Amino acid sequence: MPGDTLITSENDTDIELDFAGDEDFQENHEREKHKGKRRNGDRQKNERENQRRKRPSKLVQGIREESQSKTERRERSRRRRRRAEHETSIHEGNERERDQTRAKSTKSKKNIKNEKTRKLEGKEDGEAQERSGKGKLKLVCAKNEEKIESGDQLKEKEKALGVKKKKKKRRKKVVETSSEPETSEEGDDEEEVNNDGEVRPELLSPEELEKLKDAVDEKKKLIQSLRGKPWPMKQKLVTLRESQLFVEKYEGALGKGKGRKLYAYKVMMTKKWMKFQRDFENFKTACIPWEMKIKEIESHFGSSVASYFIFLRWMYGINMILFGLTFGLVMVPEALMGRPYGSIPRKTVPRAEEAGAMDFAVLWDFGGYAQYSVLFYGYYNNQRAIGWFKFRMPLSYFLVGVGTVAYSYMVVIRTMARNANESGIGDDNSFNFSWKMFTSWDYLIGNPETADNKFASITTSFKEAILEEQESRKDDNIHLTRFLRVLANFLVLCCLAGSGYLIYFVVRRSQKFALDGLENHTWWERNEVNMVMSLLGMFCPMLFDVISTLENYHPRVALQWQLGRIFALFLGNLYTFIIALMDAINLKRKEEKVVKYNITMWEASLYNGTGSENSTAPPITIHPADVPRGPCWETMVGQEFVRLIISDTMTTYITLLIGDFLRAVLVRFLNHCWCWDLEAGFPSYSEFDVSGNVLGLIFNQGMIWMGAFYAPCLPALNLLRLHVSMYLQCWAVMCCNVPQERVFKASGSNNFYMAMLLVILFLSTLPAIYTIVTIPPSFDCGPFSGKNRMFDVIQETLESDFPAWFSKVFSYASNPGLVLPFILLMVLAIYYLQSTSKSYKEANVELKKKLQMQNEENKKKNKQAALKAQMDLEEARKSASQTAEHQRNNNASVQRREDDEEIDNKNQRMYHGRNPSLSAGDREPQFSARGPGPRNGHNGNHGNPRYLPGFRQQSEPRMCRVPSLERH
Amino acid sequence: MGNKQTIFTDEQLDAYQDCTFFTRKEILRLHSRYHELAPHLVPMDYTNEPDCKLPLALIVDMPELKENPFRNRIVESFSEDGMGNLSFNEFVDMFSVLSEMAPRELKAIYAFKIYDYNVDNYLCKEDLEKTLNKLTKEELTPEEVELVCEKAIEEADLDGDSKLSYADFENMITRAPDFLSTFHIRI
Repeated sequence: MPGDTLITSENDTDIELDFAGDEDFQENHEREKHKGKRRNGDRQKNERENQRRKRPSKLVQGIREESQSKTERRERSRRRRRRAEHETSIHEGNERERDQTRAKSTKSKKNIKNEKTRKLEGKEDGEAQERSGKGKLKLVCAKNEEKIESGDQLKEKEKALGVKKKKKKRRKKVVETSSEPETSEEGDDEEEVNNDGEVRPELLSPEELEKLKDAVDEKKKLIQSLRGKPWPMKQKLVTLRESQLFVEKYEGALGKGKGRKLYAYKVMMTKKWMKFQRDFENFKTACIPWEMKIKEIESHFGSSVASYFIFLRWMYGINMILFGLTFGLVMVPEALMGRPYGSIPRKTVPRAEEAGAMDFAVLWDFGGYAQYSVLFYGYYNNQRAIGWFKFRMPLSYFLVGVGTVAYSYMVVIRTMARNANESGIGDDNSFNFSWKMFTSWDYLIGNPETADNKFASITTSFKEAILEEQESRKDDNIHLTRFLRVLANFLVLCCLAGSGYLIYFVVRRSQKFALDGLENHTWWERNEVNMVMSLLGMFCPMLFDVISTLENYHPRVALQWQLGRIFALFLGNLYTFIIALMDAINLKRKEEKVVKYNITMWEASLYNGTGSENSTAPPITIHPADVPRGPCWETMVGQEFVRLIISDTMTTYITLLIGDFLRAVLVRFLNHCWCWDLEAGFPSYSEFDVSGNVLGLIFNQGMIWMGAFYAPCLPALNLLRLHVSMYLQCWAVMCCNVPQERVFKASGSNNFYMAMLLVILFLSTLPAIYTIVTIPPSFDCGPFSGKNRMFDVIQETLESDFPAWFSKVFSYASNPGLVLPFILLMVLAIYYLQSTSKSYKEANVELKKKLQMQNEENKKKNKQAALKAQMDLEEARKSASQTAEHQRNNNASVQRREDDEEIDNKNQRMYHGRNPSLSAGDREPQFSARGPGPRNGHNGNHGNPRYLPGFRQQSEPRMCRVPSLERH
Repeated sequence: MGNKQTIFTDEQLDAYQDCTFFTRKEILRLHSRYHELAPHLVPMDYTNEPDCKLPLALIVDMPELKENPFRNRIVESFSEDGMGNLSFNEFVDMFSVLSEMAPRELKAIYAFKIYDYNVDNYLCKEDLEKTLNKLTKEELTPEEVELVCEKAIEEADLDGDSKLSYADFENMITRAPDFLSTFHIRI
């Protein structure tokens, strides 16, 4: 029993829910038991037994930090005991010395412990400790008696232990404080652990070494898991220090012979590695930008607004990597090692454009010098290897394009998987109220206004939940709502179709303008496409918002609809844009054919004109700017995307400035001289639109992925944009936005946004892949010029840069006969995995059901048990009161009383069943009045019913005690 | 960097890093925050582990905690004496548990402590009522409060003792989708 007590108390500390009162109670209990046992006699035996029980638990205590499960503990304690025995048999001579040192170490340790826990715990604890101390002394004696036979040694040891114990007691008296029994035990045990360790390594057998190693490993594990332990910091620090000391002390002792050096080396390396890791971790967190900014926003607006900024930062990180790839592997090599500007036609501004190539308007449109630079596809040369170390430029260009997309896929999917793991299994609705109660407050909020909003929204959510609980809300007019919803969807569809047509129309018109020549048109006509797209992106969501008021959905559902619609709008716009772009590409390619023909004619005429005189003369050098060239559709596509991004960025910033800042300023300052309250009334301040902003960000990223292949500068541009918007939006949100009135949960939507990003990524890689695979590259610009398809660069590399056998293997591997089975295999694998995951899911659902059933059953059972216990208690009380009554009223024989009690019990049970609402006081007189009748009858029936001496003795004290309890 | 070194020794910083989810920089920042709370009480030099505690009233006034309806409980459940006086160690401990990196289990343990107003290791009805009233600023009627508390207990109580033990609470909170995202304070 004592062992159990200790273990339970220890467990309590494990989860750090210490029951102070409980412990006291258990101690009392324990003491009572002791007394009882002592009274029973056979003291010696009893005590020994006691100690035997106590010992494992105490040993257990020593390693309480390392081990979590009881069984493990027990086993280890057994091991340790064995080891201790072994020890004693080996070093008998040292016994005394060691014990003394042990006592000393205990003392010092105890002092520390006592200082730590110098709290008034009452004398009880002290007593308990003393008792445990006594117990310990006896324990060791008992151990010796049992296990070691030689008398002299035994005496010596006993003496030593006696000394130790005395010291302990004296110290206790001097200090006169009592540490919790728990900690004292812990101290004892640590000492024991140390004792085990104090054995010199040379003398240890391999088995013991192994154990020591285990102990060291455990300590190490403990150190690593310390931060997750729910202990107070002081305890953690002390434990850390102790286990570090322990590890340091005994780590070197491990390993033997040759192994020792290696082991020491390994230990040293792990230490260094850990240190490095920690430094790296520190460095990494130091590198995460905008931590404080986000924190500030978080505390002002709660986690949902902050989640946008965290998302923005994450996006920034991804773009950083993409930028690093394109910049480091494509742009810089070409700029440094490629042919310089002006050396070949594709790297020169044509003569016709030269005049205005440096104009700002042209540069702003990414024409002129910007067009003929590393920023765009057309500038790159198809030279296979450039520079002194033969950098394979076209190959690098292609691989970077593929790598960008592959990396993005990887990151997005990985993040999604992690989010899915983190967000728990929160799909079932079984804990509606509890969750609302315990998780709805956002601990990040540090702004009074946001806090007020949060309070209000929590209250409403509770009220809604209560309403739902009380009655399923009746729908007042279901037909009207349905009609309105259909109407709303119809309107939205109209909007979508209209915007799609508008974009298509505008793109077609712009192509006409482009054919006419851009110079003849106004700024608006030139930038019509982008402007229309941005404006649509700006106003359509507002329109949707208005339409969605028709629908009368729950706000959360409404938000989802709104997001879905905006998503559809953006997607539709993007795809219309792409389709229009494809038209443009086809036009360019027709033009290219004409140009190609013209060029051959032109070259022929050139050679005809000059070559007739002297065919051996060197060909005439023509300035590259004068050479006629094709339209280069790739650069055109890149330019379109860049322009789109620029105009999109501009509109975002301008809306931010006008819609948020200007509005805030107006509301703020015009409020003094206006007829109604502007701040509370119509315009008021704007809220931060998380979902809209996230969607904007996602689509922006989609455009980057789509266009990055044709304009390597896009990631850089995006990086710039994100950087600026981080600061701008942070500023705007802090200075002119008010906290949202309805605060939504951020966590649920997290993966929703990621899923959207994945969809966009997929949709944006589709057209890019399509163009790469199906359309032949332009003949006179870009790294793949002259090839039939862009991916031919791979084959070329394989043929020329790898040994012959490799290309052979590759050609075999790419043989349809091999590829098709492989694909089949993959499909099979996917099918298999999918079906297994499905079955797992089903099993999961089943288990959940079972668990729920069991829970309910448990509840029922417990309730029944509780009810039964209550009834029993009542019965006992009643019977007791009855008997007390009888005792007082009549002095009948014991036998009669017994019978009486039984019958009363029966009666009571019946009575209780009939109407349990009556109080005990009401019943008492009734019973006493009715009592004699049946009692007499019974007496007559049974001559001498089961009268047992033991039975009476047992029941007597209870009968006496209970009524007195009840009366008080 | 030079003046920062004098606040803690390297060993101390390492020990703190082992015991919490913070990096070096964050620990130093925590110290500066702690120092700011009472510049005349808290020494800048922590190398010899001075024994100094700040009262609850000061800590609760931090902007991070100021709006929190459970601020007093948070501080109390992290203080050793249960009265809300925090030493620097406990202060660090508090924010470590509330940091983003802390695992769900650890957070659940302390969340339970925080919501357990009368420290009886059970969330009984009174605890829930208090929680709810703090959460809604007492805008619900007593009947509503009663209903919600009953419902909450009914949902989460597995052993039918009409109060929530830690096991019940843990079972409920580990499935909550929002617990991790809302039960953290960035410092």
